[in-house]
Amino acid sequence: MTNHWIDIGNSDCILVMGSNAAENHPISMKWVGKAMENGATLLSVDPRFTRTSAKADFYTALRSGTDIAFLGGMINYIISNNLYNKEYMAYYTNASFILGKKFGFKDGLFSGYNKKTKSYDKSYWAFENDKEGIPKRDHSLKNSRCVFQQLKKHFSRYNLKKVSAITGTPRADLEKVYKTYAASGKKGKAATIMYAMGWTQHTVGVQNIRTMAMIQLLLGNMGVAGGGVNALRGESNVQGSTDHCLLWHIWPGYLKTPRSSNTSLDAYNKKWTPKTNDPLSANWWGNYAKYSVSFLKSMFGENATPVNGFGYDWMPKVDDGKAYSWLDLFDAMYRGEFTGFFAWGQNPACSGANANKNREAFTKLDWMVNVNLFENETGSFWRGPGMDPKKIKTEVFFLPCAASVEKEGSITNSGRWSQWRYKAADPPGDALPDGEIMVMLMDKIRKLYRVEGGAFPEPILNLKWDYTTKGKFDSHKVAKEINGYFLADVTLKGKMYKAGTLVPSFGSLQADGTTSSGNWLYCQSYTEKGNMAARRGTEDKSGIGLYSEWSWCWPVNRRIIYNRASVDRKGQPWDKEHPVIRFAGKVENGKYVSKKWVGDVPDGGWYPMMNPDGTLRKDTKHPFIMKPYGHAHMFGPGRADGPFPEHYEPLECPIEKNLMSGQFINPTIKEFGTAADTRATCDPRYPIVATTYRVTEHWQTGVMTRWQPWLLETQPQSFCEMSHELAKLKGVKNGDKVTVESARGKVEAVAMVTVRFKPFKIAGTTIHQVGLPWCFGWVTPKDGGDSSNLLTPSIGDPNTKIPETKAFMVNVRKA
Amino acid sequence: MADKSFFIDTTKCTACRGCQVACKQWNKLPATKTYNWGSFQNPADLSFSTFKLVRFREVDSGGKVKWYFFPDQCRHCLEPPCKDTAEGFVDGAVIQDESTGAVIYTGKTRMLSSSNFEEVRESCPYNIPRQDPGTGLVSKCTMCFDRVGNGLLPACVKACPTGSMNFGNRGDMLDMANKKVAALKKKGYKKAQLLDADSIRVIFLVVDDPSIYHKFSVAQNDVGISRKLALRKLFRPATGLITGVAKL
Repeated sequence: MTNHWIDIGNSDCILVMGSNAAENHPISMKWVGKAMENGATLLSVDPRFTRTSAKADFYTALRSGTDIAFLGGMINYIISNNLYNKEYMAYYTNASFILGKKFGFKDGLFSGYNKKTKSYDKSYWAFENDKEGIPKRDHSLKNSRCVFQQLKKHFSRYNLKKVSAITGTPRADLEKVYKTYAASGKKGKAATIMYAMGWTQHTVGVQNIRTMAMIQLLLGNMGVAGGGVNALRGESNVQGSTDHCLLWHIWPGYLKTPRSSNTSLDAYNKKWTPKTNDPLSANWWGNYAKYSVSFLKSMFGENATPVNGFGYDWMPKVDDGKAYSWLDLFDAMYRGEFTGFFAWGQNPACSGANANKNREAFTKLDWMVNVNLFENETGSFWRGPGMDPKKIKTEVFFLPCAASVEKEGSITNSGRWSQWRYKAADPPGDALPDGEIMVMLMDKIRKLYRVEGGAFPEPILNLKWDYTTKGKFDSHKVAKEINGYFLADVTLKGKMYKAGTLVPSFGSLQADGTTSSGNWLYCQSYTEKGNMAARRGTEDKSGIGLYSEWSWCWPVNRRIIYNRASVDRKGQPWDKEHPVIRFAGKVENGKYVSKKWVGDVPDGGWYPMMNPDGTLRKDTKHPFIMKPYGHAHMFGPGRADGPFPEHYEPLECPIEKNLMSGQFINPTIKEFGTAADTRATCDPRYPIVATTYRVTEHWQTGVMTRWQPWLLETQPQSFCEMSHELAKLKGVKNGDKVTVESARGKVEAVAMVTVRFKPFKIAGTTIHQVGLPWCFGWVTPKDGGDSSNLLTPSIGDPNTKIPETKAFMVNVRKA
Repeated sequence: MADKSFFIDTTKCTACRGCQVACKQWNKLPATKTYNWGSFQNPADLSFSTFKLVRFREVDSGGKVKWYFFPDQCRHCLEPPCKDTAEGFVDGAVIQDESTGAVIYTGKTRMLSSSNFEEVRESCPYNIPRQDPGTGLVSKCTMCFDRVGNGLLPACVKACPTGSMNFGNRGDMLDMANKKVAALKKKGYKKAQLLDADSIRVIFLVVDDPSIYHKFSVAQNDVGISRKLALRKLFRPATGLITGVAKL
C-alpha cells in the first residue's frame, strides 16, 4: 500500500476491484465503513457478486481477465471529459515528456518487438533529451509526441462500445463507475483502489496495476490522504517478507540480485545506480552503493573488506536473462534439475498454479523438508491421489514449527507498518520458532563446511552469524542487524557516532564499509532510542489517522508515500480538509525564506517547487524522488510488455479474437512447454471461464484452518459457484456434486447455483463464468474436495512470473 | 436495573462470521458436522451447539442483486414468552438476569419433556430455543452474562470487525440505532427500520422488507403466547425477576 489501512477512511470513493476486501481482508471494511459514513461511495467490480459487493453502493461485473479494457475505458473517459488534474499531471508525472521518434504502437505491438525472443528492445521507448541530457518537456501537454498526447491516442481506442464487448459490462454500468470514480479528479477530492490477487494473477498482472496507477496520476490521487494504489497483501507479513527479499530477483530493500555479468562490486553498483542530469531530480537510488555495501557488511561483518569487494563475490549471482521465480523453480524441479527442497511455511501441492505439475515434480526429488504447523498435501504428496508410494523415492522430513503467537518478532502489514509482537505461549511439543530452526540448521552446515570443506565454503564460513543469546535465536539481534550499526566512529554533519551504536536512519549509511544495514529501508526501525516497531503511542497529531507513534513504518516512518505530490507546487495541500503535509516556512516578499514542513514525514524535506509569488525555486526537487527524473511514470519504459498497458486476452479465453488488436495474447509471455503445461483456448471442450478465490473462513490453502472444527463447520467443502442459467444448461441443481475440468486437471465440488453470477454478453455471444475456492485439499477433511489449483495454468506475467490463476477455461458437468 | 441491549446494524455486517465462531469459542460449543448445501450459511440452522448463526439470503429483484446477512440469535425479550411457557412446566427452567435483562436457560430445562420443549420453542416469536436430544437440556444465546457481569463485551460483539455488533446500555443502543436509521433514510434507504425494538434487547437494523432477511427476523404472529399459556399466566403466582443465575 502506498497509504495504509486507516487512511481508507479518508477516501471519497473506494473502488474494490481485483480483490474481495470484505471476505479476504475483513478488518479493512471497518475503514471502508467509516469512509461511507462520511459520505464516500463504495464501488465493487468483480465477475461475481461477493460479500464486498453486498456492501457496495454500486456493483457491476466484468469477465475475468479484462481489467485493462475496463480501466483503459476509464482513462479514455477521464481524458475525453477533461476530468484530470492538469497541474498535477503536467508537473509531477512524465506526461509532459517528449518521446523519441522511434516510439510507436501498431496493432497491439509497441515498437522494438522481436518475434523470435518474444521481447522488446526498450531503447525504442526512450525520451528525447535536450543538450544537457534531460528529457524535453512540454508542460502545455500539446506537443503531439509528448506522453500525454500519446496516452490520449492510445486509449482513445478504448471506447464504451468496444470495452463493453470485451468485458461484458453493460455500457451504462461502465459510465456509472467511470463518472463516480473520476469525480475525484477535482482538487481536494480523493479516490482509492483496493486490489489484490484478482489483478496480479494474470499474464497482464503488472499492467493491470499500472493502468490503475495511471488513473490515480491523472486524477491527482497519488500521495494524498484517501488515495494511493493499495495492494491488500494476502498474508499478514507478506509485505515484510517482500521487503526482506523473499523473491529471487531482489536483495533486501529492493536492491537487485547480482547478474553474472555484474562481475565486481563496482560493476554491480554502476549497473544498478540510476543516473540523472536534472539538478532538480533527487534520484534517491543514486545512493545505491551506500545501501548495497552496508548490506554486504551485514552479511559478512569483519570479513567484508574494501579489498575483497566487501564479500560481493560470495553472494549468489543469477544468469542474465534467466528467471528463477516460483514457476521456474517448479518447472526445473519437474524436469529433475535439482533434488532437494525445503517447503517452508507453504503448501505448493495446493497453493501453486497447475498443482498436478507441482505434485508430480515432488516425485523427482531425493528429499523434501516440510516445515509447517500441520501435516499438509505437500509433505504427504507421496500418498496422495494418483500416487503409488512404492514407486516414489523422495524422502520427506517434517519439522513442526511455532505458530505466530508462539514466537517474538516483527510483522509488516500491508500499510508498511512494522509492528513488534510478543510471544504469548510456548510452542507445543518439539515445535520450534522458524528462526531457531534456521540457526540450528546453519550451525550444523557451517560445522560440516569447517570440518569437511566443500566446493565453495567462503560464503558459508565468512557469514556474520551471531543472532543467538544463550544459544537461542534472538529476534532482537536480527532486528538490530536489519537496522544497522556504525562499524567505526563516524562524524556526520558535525555529529560523532560511536562504533557499535545503531544507525539513526538510512541518510547516515555509507558506501565505505563504516556502516552495516541488513535492509536500508528499515534503517531507523531499531535505533539507540529503542525498538521503534514496539511503539504503542495512540495519539494522532495529524488529524487524518497517521498515528505516527504507533509502531514504525518504512521508509523513515512516512505513513503516506509520494506525499510531496499531495501539495501543489507552492507546498500547499490540494485537500485542505485532509492535509498529509503542508509547507509552513516563513514568507518574505512573496518568497519562502525558511524551511518547515508540517504533518507526515515529507518525501524529502526540500523547499517546494514554487514561491507563494509564483516564482520557481532552484533549491527544490521534483516530488517522485525514487524515479531518476523525479516524475511519476505515466509512460513506463521499464516494463517487459510495453510502456502503456494494452488489453490482451488471457492465455486461455473464450473468444477467438482480441477485439482490441491483432495481437491475441500478451506477446511477451513464455510458456514452459512440458507435458504438464497443456492449454486449451477457444476449445469447445472447455467453454466456461473460471476463476479462483479465497474465502473468509479458510486461510490460504487451509493448512491452518481445515484442522479447526469451528472454521470447517462454516465452510466444509469445496464449491463451484455458477449462474442459474448455466446450471439449467448443465442440468445441475443447487447442492449437486459437479466435476470441474480444465486441460490440466479436474476437481469435484458442490454446485452453488446463485444469482450472484450472471452470464456475460461478450462480442455478441453468451459466455458463462464459474468460480472455485482453492483452500481445500485431500488430507483433511476427507470429503472436502481438493484444491482448484489443479485446474489453473502455470503461465506467468512477463515482468513478475506470477501465475494466471484468475482467468482460465473449464467445463462443468454433474458428477 | 436491567438495561442492556444489542444493536445489530446489518448494513455493516460483511458475514465474516467472526461472531458465530467467537460464540462457539467462549461458550465451548462443539462444531457440528456440516456439508455444503449450496449456501454460504453453515450450519444450516441454529442448534443446541450453535447459539449464533449468520443467515445468508440472496435475492434478484429486477436484475439488481441483494445479498443480505442476518446474524441471528436470541432477542432476549423484555417479557420473554419462552420463560412464561417454561415456568408452566418447570419452575426456574428459564430465568431473567436482573442486572442485564438476559434471558437464561438453566440446568432445570433438562426436566422439560420433549413436548414441553416444543411448546417453549413454539412460544418463542423468533424460533430460537433448541434441545439437546441427548441430555434434554434446552439452550440458546446467554448474552455472555458471565462476560458482561465481569465488565466484558459479549464474545460476538468483541469479535465483530466492522461495528455491526454493538452492546451497551439500552438507552445508548436505542439512541445509536435511531440515529443510524435516520442517517440511512436521509441517504435514500426508505425501508431502513429497527425490528421490534420496543419489546426485545437485540435490536436489528435492516434496509429492506424484514422477511427477506429471515422468516423470523420479526416476531411471528402465529407463535408467541398461545391461549393455553395466556390462561396459565392468569393463574400463576407472582414470582418477579430472579436475580441469581443457576449454572447451566
